[in-house]
Order: sequence, then structure tokens, then C-alpha cells
Amino acid sequence: MSVVVGELEDASWHRLSPRMLLIHPVIEIGRALPALVGVFLAGNAQGHGAYWSLIGAAVVAALSLSRWFTTRLRVTPVQVQLRHGLLRRRTITTARDRIRTVDVTSHLLHRMLGLSRVVVGTGTNDRKGEGRIVLDGLTVQAAGVLRDELLQHSPVDVTKRASPTGPGPAPLVELDRRWIRYAPFTLSGVVTGLVIYGFFWRIQGESGVDLTRRGPFRAVADALNRMHTTAAVLVVIGALIVFVAVTSTVGYILAFWNFRVLRHAGGTLQVTRGLITTRATSIERRRLVGTQLSEALLLRTVGAARTLAIATGLRVGRGSERGGEVLLPPAPVAEAERIAALVLDGTPAVTVTLRAHSANAGRRHLTRAIASALIILAGCLLIWLAGASAWFLVIGGAVLVASVPLGLDRYRSLGHALVDGYLVTRFGSLVRRRTVLSCAAVIGWNMKSTFFQRRLGLITLTATTAAGRQGYSVWDIDPHDGLALADAVTPGLLSPFRREPPATSP
Amino acid sequence: MIDLELREPAHLVSRKARVYWTVRALPGWLLIGAGEVFGLWGGDAPVGVVAGVAGPTAVIALAHLIVMPQWRYRVHRWEITDGAVYTQAGWFTQERRIAPISRVQTVDTQRGPFEQVFGLSNVTVTTASARGPIKIHALDVAVADHTVGWLTDRAQLSGGDGT
Repeated sequence: MSVVVGELEDASWHRLSPRMLLIHPVIEIGRALPALVGVFLAGNAQGHGAYWSLIGAAVVAALSLSRWFTTRLRVTPVQVQLRHGLLRRRTITTARDRIRTVDVTSHLLHRMLGLSRVVVGTGTNDRKGEGRIVLDGLTVQAAGVLRDELLQHSPVDVTKRASPTGPGPAPLVELDRRWIRYAPFTLSGVVTGLVIYGFFWRIQGESGVDLTRRGPFRAVADALNRMHTTAAVLVVIGALIVFVAVTSTVGYILAFWNFRVLRHAGGTLQVTRGLITTRATSIERRRLVGTQLSEALLLRTVGAARTLAIATGLRVGRGSERGGEVLLPPAPVAEAERIAALVLDGTPAVTVTLRAHSANAGRRHLTRAIASALIILAGCLLIWLAGASAWFLVIGGAVLVASVPLGLDRYRSLGHALVDGYLVTRFGSLVRRRTVLSCAAVIGWNMKSTFFQRRLGLITLTATTAAGRQGYSVWDIDPHDGLALADAVTPGLLSPFRREPPATSP
Repeated sequence: MIDLELREPAHLVSRKARVYWTVRALPGWLLIGAGEVFGLWGGDAPVGVVAGVAGPTAVIALAHLIVMPQWRYRVHRWEITDGAVYTQAGWFTQERRIAPISRVQTVDTQRGPFEQVFGLSNVTVTTASARGPIKIHALDVAVADHTVGWLTDRAQLSGGDGT
């Protein structure tokens, strides 16, 4: 029996949608494509390539189908259970009152067949990917019903049940098409480029065929060889810039088309986005404990930033859940700040002026930047001495020159504040992050100091939390200020370990 | 730690810890030394080169084996009160960790092969944060077991899921 709307919550075991039988083989064969192409090319030398790759594809398809037959789902009033595995049967059980976030994704194939993939996030046990419930292949309606059930009707929240009738909520924010102009500055195209490069590299590795000596690649290589070296370098750099700009823009549109943040009656945030693959992430208000403004250097130069949610149950940057924390794609800073404050009930902590850190912190960051650059320069020098091009010296010199403003900027980024029940901390230059974290979400503290930090009288204070990156640091703070800050964020936690006022230190 | 406003945790770790840390660091250095000597000698390098590489390595290894355990022993401290778990660890890089008992999720002990020889045990206290586990290294087994029992009782008293 497959899942039908309304039948989900009858406490019996259900299969996922049988339409997944069409999707699994396509996805798995696609994933195995580099290997299959490799087998084809390698096998061609003996004249049997086609057979071998067909056999391989059949095996992959059969294994992928077994996933549907071996997966069962059960939703009871208190639990969600997923049972799967062909050789090793596993049953994953999650208590419904532990569910923090629900993420609904529909890839292209899913959308063509009216299906969705649902990932249920629970804060505590899913850090290692264990106990994570992934329901790949519910119908769109079933996924929507399940999401609403899990988030709004969880036993803890029964009183806040949203009324099913009435107009839908107005969006807090929607994609403004003018923001797409920031896309080239995200450099996300670099990743795309690396993926494409990796794909060809794998095919080449598994087939043993040198692609650079074939077809269009060869033509391009020959054309570059005929050019003057400087011209060739400029052409390659220009082509790379155009490639990255175009793929970054395409990536932005694919990921953030129809971007929209809704706030439901119970306070649950719902972020939907995507052109071909659509994705909807729901975050319960009580699980949203902070926001982060993330400004990559290039984005900063054009006055743009992105906003991320910090919530328990939303992990940062892991596999298919990557990007679930996005609250705003790269957009003007003012808009990013507006949304960051809005979701936290308009707290002033998002825009408050931060307390700068001591001059010693500045000294440390400048020294570190220059020292790292000197190491890189030394490496370049060795490479040059070993007979490589003098360009390495130019690169090393450029790094050294750039290190001074980088170190100064890293120092200028440093800052912290405690406002309105939120701990605010900012650091970083290549990517500057300003984190606003609710004091209630802070569990404990890590106070770290290297030998050099101790000489300068600095510590790095990390507030540990169950949300987002699991810990947020105030870098290079004076120990006195750090202790005062920690004391204010978690009153009473540190007081038993404070020295008595009339200091009797030896 | 330079921070005199926050005192150190009350208890030192086991006296046996210094010897244990020395013994545990030894195999790594022996491996490096053996690799250097056999690699270079086997590669027909002149004796001078072998001595030039292995000599400084031996000096660094000796310094590490003598300085690190003493330094570490002066840094490593721990304390558990009714309200919090508080530790200090490290040597070159030092770290203090503090977490409230009310947010403790699991308490467990680990004993590696060397630790079993020395009768030592590590206690790990985890909270809901992956960045927050608190490790108390190199305790005497009896102390560790007593600590775990005490903490487990306390952690059960506090309800909620700790996030």
C-alpha cells in the first residue's frame, strides 16, 4: 500500500510512492555514468564495451529498484518510523516532539511525476547522519500534509494549531529580479567548473583515454599553442571569468527563482525556492535561535550579503541538506539586515554597533596574515629555484602585498555585542560573518588560547549551541571582557569559578 | 591560562598521567625516526645526511617527550560542581570548557590500550552541541567511575531534551 493523503496517520506501515520505481533507476544510472562511460571506452578496445556497460547499467538499475521494495514508513501520533535496507535492515525511529525542521525538495524528475523528497530534521541525533529520516518519494500532497502534521500538530504545539481556513500569510520577502546582478560575485560557478572538470577527469581516469588529444579539446589546445604566451594566458583568464560569471548567474536563477519566505500562524517560517528543483524548508519559530549575515569579499565590494538561519535541526552544509538554512540569497545589505531582524521579532541586535577588540588583536591578525604570506612566498621561491617559471615569484609577491590589507581588514571585522538577549559576534575578511545568537540557545563555553594568544593577552571564546555550526566564536577578545560577556550571556554558570574579589592569587 | 579572574578547576588529573603521556607519544616519534633512518639509509644517502636529518628530529623528539608531559600535567585540571562541569586542557594551545549539568546529555568513559596498562580512564561529557563535548583526560579508574556515576545521577534529574 502506498501513501495516500489522509491515510498517513493510521499507524500502519506504508510504502513510498510507486512512481519512484521510474525515478530510482534514472538517478542511479546517472550517478554511475562516469563509471559506465569508462567501462564503455575501456571495453571498446576489446570490442565488448557496449555489452559490459549495458550489464553494468542493468545491475545498477536492479539495485536501485530494491530501494523502493525495502522501504517502509509509519507515522503514529508520537513517532515517525522509517524501515529500510536490503541486506542490513534498519529501523529509524524519531519522536515527533523532537522534530525541528522539515525540508521538502522536488528535483526535476520528482516534479514531472508529482513527487517530493521529505527530510525530517531532529536536533540531537542527526549530526552523524544517523537517525535522519529521509522520505524520498511522497506525492506532493502527501508531503505537504505530512509537513503540516509534523510541525503544527506535534503534541507540544497543539495549542498553537493554525486554522486551516482563511487567507494564506503574506510573504516576508520575495525574490527581486534585480538581485540577480549580484550572482556573478558569488563565484558559485567555480564549484560548477570544478564539478565538470572532475567529471571529465573521472571518465579519463576510468577509461585511460586522454581527452585533451581528442576532438574540440585538441582544437582549442592547438589554437592556444599558436598564440603568444601572454595572449594565451589573458585569453584563458578571460574565458574563465566569463564562464564563472555565466554559470554563477545560471546557478543563482536555478536555486533562488521564486524565492519566498512565509510566516505561518504558529510562527513557523517556510522558505520556498528553486526553478527546476523546488525546495521548501520549514523552521519552527522556537527552533530558530539566531541569524547570520554572510558577506563574501566580492559580495561586500558591491554591497551585498546573504542571510542564513541558525536553528536546531538545521545542519550547516551537509550533502543534500546543504543550503537549507538560506533565509535570503545574495541581496543588498539593507535587505539582508531587514530580513535577519524580522525573523527574530525585529531585534536591534542585527544592526547594533559592535565593540571593537584591543590593539593586541590587531597586532595578532596582521602578524598572522604576513607570516602566512611569507610562508607562501618561501614556497614559491623554492618552486622557482627548482626551475619553475618566474611567475611563481610574482604570485608570492602579490600574496605578500595583499596580506597587509587582509590582516587589517580581519582586525576591523572583529567585534562583539550583547543586546536584547542576543549575543552578536563578527569576524572574517574573505568571508565576513556577523552572527546573532539567542543567549537562551547558548549551552556552555570553550575558552581557547594558543601560546601566542596568551602572550598578547587574548582568548577565543566559543559559545556552544545545538544549532547551526554548533558553536559560534568571539575571536581574540580580552579575557576580562570575555568573562564579562560570558557571565552576562549565561548568568551564574561561571560565578562558582570566579576568583574572590580580594584576589589572593599566589 | 592568563585569565586570573577565572580560577583554574580544582582537581589535578592522575599522577600517572605524566608517564602515560610520555609513553603514548613515544611510538609516533619512534616511527618517524625509523622512517627517516631506513628511508635515507635504504636510499643510499651519505651518513652525514642521515645524521643531519635524524639528529635534529631526535632533539625535537626528546624535547617534546620531556617538556610536553610536565607542561600538560600543570595545565590539565577538572572540577564538577552541582551546577557545572569545568575543565582545562592542552599545553601549547590551552582550552577551558564549561557546560551546565542541566544540559548534559551523555556521560561515558573510554580506555585505550595504554590507558589500561596505566589504570587510567577518560571521561567524556556531551551536551547537545557537537562543539561542546568535555573530555577529562587521564583520571584514575576509580575516580573516573565515581565521577561518571555521580554525573549520571545528576543528569537524569534535569528533564527536557537539552537543546
